[in-house]
Amino acid sequence: MAAITMKNIVKKYGDGFPAVNDVSIDVQDGEFMILVGPSGCGKSTLLRMIVGLEDITDGDMVIGERRVNDLAPRERNLAMVFQNYALYPHLTVFENIAFPLRLAGASNEEVDQKVREASKTLELDEHLERKPGNLSGGQRQRVAMGRAIVRDADAFLFDEPLSNLDAKLRGQMRTEISRLQKRLGITTVYVTHDQTEAMTLGDRVAVLKRGVLQQLASPRELYTNPANLFVAGFIGSPPMNFLPATVTGTSVELPFGTVRLPQEKASLVPEGKLLIAGIRPEHFEDASVVDESKRERGSTFTTKVDVVEWLGNEAYAYIPFEADDAVREQLTQLERDLDGDTMRSQLVVSLDGASRIAEGDEAEIWVDARQMHLFDPESGDNLTIDLERAGRVPAKEDPEAAAAAEHVAEDAAAH
Amino acid sequence: MKQKIGLGIGLAAVLTWCLLPVVWIISLSFKSQEAITNGSLGFLPAEGGRAGWANYADVLQDEQFRRAILNSIGISLIATTLSVILATLAAYAIARLEFKGKKFVLTTALVIAMFPVVSLVGPLFDMWRTIGIYDTWLGLIIPYMSFTLPLAIWTLSAFFREIPWEMEQAAQVDGATSWQAFRKVIVPLAAPGVFTAAILTFFFAWNDFVFGISLTSTESARPIPAALSFFVGPDPFSRPASLLAAGAVVATLPIVAIVLLFQRKIVAGLTSGAVKG
Repeated sequence: MAAITMKNIVKKYGDGFPAVNDVSIDVQDGEFMILVGPSGCGKSTLLRMIVGLEDITDGDMVIGERRVNDLAPRERNLAMVFQNYALYPHLTVFENIAFPLRLAGASNEEVDQKVREASKTLELDEHLERKPGNLSGGQRQRVAMGRAIVRDADAFLFDEPLSNLDAKLRGQMRTEISRLQKRLGITTVYVTHDQTEAMTLGDRVAVLKRGVLQQLASPRELYTNPANLFVAGFIGSPPMNFLPATVTGTSVELPFGTVRLPQEKASLVPEGKLLIAGIRPEHFEDASVVDESKRERGSTFTTKVDVVEWLGNEAYAYIPFEADDAVREQLTQLERDLDGDTMRSQLVVSLDGASRIAEGDEAEIWVDARQMHLFDPESGDNLTIDLERAGRVPAKEDPEAAAAAEHVAEDAAAH
Repeated sequence: MKQKIGLGIGLAAVLTWCLLPVVWIISLSFKSQEAITNGSLGFLPAEGGRAGWANYADVLQDEQFRRAILNSIGISLIATTLSVILATLAAYAIARLEFKGKKFVLTTALVIAMFPVVSLVGPLFDMWRTIGIYDTWLGLIIPYMSFTLPLAIWTLSAFFREIPWEMEQAAQVDGATSWQAFRKVIVPLAAPGVFTAAILTFFFAWNDFVFGISLTSTESARPIPAALSFFVGPDPFSRPASLLAAGAVVATLPIVAIVLLFQRKIVAGLTSGAVKG
């Protein structure tokens, strides 16, 4: 077991395209680190640089005490689970799991003992003599994990291991991986584009956009204190609502009405300037089901509800609104960054299951303005961030370097 | 039902068309020389014209023929082995590596494969005599390899391209050197391709007549197809048809054996289950 330290890692391809740009991440010994971001953000490239399948253009990769930049994959003593499993189809499950041990020249008894141990952990005992071709997706996944845990690797690396499974199996395997990692206590780096996996599995999560690290924090910190619009929009499902907002004193003018902002947040933002307000769906509520005591702490407004999706324990209400051109442009760009379609400007509101609001109703909605974030529309930075509880934000640590990295990434994207 | 009858008739027609000459040669090989000279039209030997295994015994007792069989087996096996090994390495490089002149290698290989064999015989005859490998095994192995390598390289590189990169990367992460990954993962996965290439190469070498007859002068290297044409028997004006037929049958057997042996290795879909698909 070992810590993995990445210092100012850069990856440029032959044509000069910067896939990873000045990324520094320290993975503690035994930590479960998630690399997350939309496709093309460089997360897989970063993982492949850790394991040695991709050359490092610049920066230092340190595993344990060793700088491994120039070591071959087999000298790094890491175990990796590939997205498509990459099992050896000509070998039985037993021999697949035993493969790393055989290469290391282990004795037959040792191989047998370790493979049986791994297969017991992963409940593969009755499949040991079968070929991978005859196994189901979930079983193949477990064989791939068996091959990783059978030897004493310094760290586990997962490259989107669950993306090929169906939704139900994905949930099961997710808990399985989490349990296994806790039990073995081994340093793990896990790449995914799925924010649910990132939130549920990780001790800490690194959010990447176009090869630049945006924020490195615990799931809770990411959720409550996103560093910028990108992180705020990426983490959370349904995503955070973004609305045009103008602040005057402690009141914020939103498309639906004016809400009061706590003094400590209001003092952080410029007055009279057009900003983007970010409010999560669950910070809205049907005013009629909110307790009197709680009601005091927020503001209410009345609006027409377009669509309601009732899920039993909760309901989602959709409320369309008109956005300013400047704000809309920024939001369209954000959608592009997040790999999404251009969505219509609408508010998603999570209501209590007991709410009786129906489609087409004029409803009174309560909003908890204390939870609101305000973003600068030009830079996308979160102006109301609580840096104490936001983990690491490279843009705040070294603004110049971060800006330079962003600039390179934007240049490359423009071409 | 009607369809089945139609299918049966069709199959029978195709089988007759393909196999009749073979069956006829087998039939000839069991008739005596006199019976053939006097005209024996029936499929089964007429009464008194039956030779039994006598023709085979005669053929196998012939020193020249035995040498020819040995030459053919030796030359074909060596050419096949070398050609497949070289082609495997070359095809792997072509499938996996980006290097300058890759296109050139592939096109050149194709051009060589299309080169008319006959046009090379003259120059090779002169060269081999000068170098001193005329009428030796080596003198035949070299042209056989150069004509079969292109086909083998093309077949194998197609197979290698089908094998996902991840297989090799997984092996390297598991602790394999590049060579170990190649030998323990890539080659077993490409086995159907390797055996296909081997069969094709062996066919070419075994069936070749032009090189066999032009680049040899004695039985020290003469392969079977050439040897059969020298097989005249005691009377040069009446060719021993029954002996030739027996010789032809004997010459075909190794090919059948090799195909049956290799066919079992050519299992389609061996790679299924490697990756999610």
